[in-house]
Amino acid sequence: MARYIVRRLAGMVLLLILVSGVTFIIFNVFPSTDPAALRAGRQPTPQIIERIRADLGLERPLYVQFGDYIYNVFAHLDFGRSYVNNTDVLDQIRENLPATISLAIGGVVVWLTFGLAVGIISAVKHRSVLDRAAIGLSLIAISAPVYWLGLVALYLFAPDFGVFGLSFLGGQGAYTPFSDDPVKWFQSLVLPWFVLATTFAAVYARLLRGSLLDVLGEDYIRTARAKGLSERTVVLKHGVRSAITPVVTVLGLDIGILLGGAILTESVFNIPGIGRLAYEAILRGDLPIVQGTVLFGAFFIVIMNLIVDILYAFLDPRVRY
Amino acid sequence: MALLEVRDLTVQFETDDGIVRAVDGVSYTVEAGRSLGIVGESGSGKSVSSLSILGLTRGAGTRFRGEVIFEGRDLLAMSDEELRKIRGEEIAMIFQDPLSSLHPFYRVGDQLVEAVRAHHDVSKSAAKDRAVEMLSLVGIPDPRSRVDAYPHEFSGGMRQRAMIAMGLINSPKLLIADEPTTALDVTVQAQILELIERLQEETGSAVILITHDLGVVAEVTDEIAVMYAGRIVERAATAELFATPQHPYTWGLLRSIPRMDAPRDEELVPIEGRPPSLINRPSGCAFHPRCPFVRESHKRIDPQLEPVDGLPGHDVACLLPTPTRRDLWARLAAGEAADRARAAVPMGDHAE
Repeated sequence: MARYIVRRLAGMVLLLILVSGVTFIIFNVFPSTDPAALRAGRQPTPQIIERIRADLGLERPLYVQFGDYIYNVFAHLDFGRSYVNNTDVLDQIRENLPATISLAIGGVVVWLTFGLAVGIISAVKHRSVLDRAAIGLSLIAISAPVYWLGLVALYLFAPDFGVFGLSFLGGQGAYTPFSDDPVKWFQSLVLPWFVLATTFAAVYARLLRGSLLDVLGEDYIRTARAKGLSERTVVLKHGVRSAITPVVTVLGLDIGILLGGAILTESVFNIPGIGRLAYEAILRGDLPIVQGTVLFGAFFIVIMNLIVDILYAFLDPRVRY
Repeated sequence: MALLEVRDLTVQFETDDGIVRAVDGVSYTVEAGRSLGIVGESGSGKSVSSLSILGLTRGAGTRFRGEVIFEGRDLLAMSDEELRKIRGEEIAMIFQDPLSSLHPFYRVGDQLVEAVRAHHDVSKSAAKDRAVEMLSLVGIPDPRSRVDAYPHEFSGGMRQRAMIAMGLINSPKLLIADEPTTALDVTVQAQILELIERLQEETGSAVILITHDLGVVAEVTDEIAVMYAGRIVERAATAELFATPQHPYTWGLLRSIPRMDAPRDEELVPIEGRPPSLINRPSGCAFHPRCPFVRESHKRIDPQLEPVDGLPGHDVACLLPTPTRRDLWARLAAGEAADRARAAVPMGDHAE
């Protein structure tokens, strides 16, 4: 197990270097803003731009710049500074990460609650009216784009201008850090959580339903019934226990992706998370920030992937590394 | 009073292709402590009829008729909750493939403990002691440590032993074993059968043994019922059935098992054709499309299960006259081919 983890971690580092290499190439090969001009502020003289260019080392060959960057990242955890406002990239990410984590965790709780409940009920009441309704609704939920759903949610429920304004909710841009005021934090995130969770809940409901339907046809479910276990125990302890494994895989990856920033949800609700940071950096051509957020996003995905694989050995005793 | 009395049991499944008549009016009884073998090909309804005893075929598209009287109570008419209390406590069941029949994620011992605690309010440790005791009874070596193993850490034979231990852990009055040896190696098959036989004697529970292999039930059961296309076509005490089989389908089954005492060059004779559709049953005798001794009238007349003349306790559903059957089997048993036997024996001319 330990050897397996070490091997996976080594592979992870290689993958992250590769990811940043690709980002680096995209930014430097495709026409983009001149970083020196970004840094120089308004109406810079050519001399200032030249000097900044030299300071940032932009005259050096690309592979030297890249090697330098990778060395700083892995040796000193130094992700560079923003071309736009000279803030440290790592500090910037640290500042925006709590909002993204808040959004992701609440979203996961909401979508698991609804997705798993609907999935189990649908599978147990297979082909009933309830099942068909749930599957139909989930198709609508999957088809609804987040930005549209977000705007509809705000239009309906926003405390200030919503049709059915719910005064206890926070509206757009109301995000308050947990450390400042937990109650306001919660209120400001309720709408984003539900908007973010809608699509995921629908996907998970369908995933679990399909997986559980397969499992409920297994011989060991028949054995469980033949033992005289209650239907509840049969479904939850024997059925869901097996059916949940594919859900865990997908969940791990989804959490990884979300920690890299939920760009659409963060944008609609004006939440200062990693997604919005990345989005704004891309618009400005701010390579260090883009690099940093991409690397963090990739890191979360890879690490969650590893966690899922390790978790698998605990979920399924037949799996050994 | 019989322990279990199945009366005119009919089980039908509604499917998109039509109604599957899986079990079509089956009746049999099992006395306490006795054993019954139900033999037939896949699709003969032997598994469905026994699963239906425990309500394991209950579902939206399933229709039942008849009665399944267990100790005076009709299991078919019971609510799910009433039936749940019978399952695993009064009647236990073990299945064909012990690997897929045990939950892969739970320890063998935990699955046995669960079977105890589903019916008895005992502590986990007491239930576990009972599990160890049962594993030891079914011949699993070192049961105290093996109780914590997962099913995939057991061999096929060990798994089936564990399944049997689980089935018998609450000392049921009836054990239904559905093809318990089919998925196992030949050498292990005999051990499992011996085990079932021994435990039946020790615990006094009745056994229904379902199999496609007459050789399997020969040693183990007191009585045999042969099923074809959802019905019992022949029923007799085991020795009686092997000595004077009456139904051409039973003959086919007997001639397709290898025997130690047969000459080395004797060929095994498979039964020609395929099991019939249970959606569109053949007219008349359901076996007529495959019967080497079929006559025109057999395609119209549906034979009923009736006592054989002169053989009390032996029932058969066959339209051939008893003397004709006796002569045919005498020739087949001597190794004669079916067409030659047919030519040599006067086929009688009742109903023709």
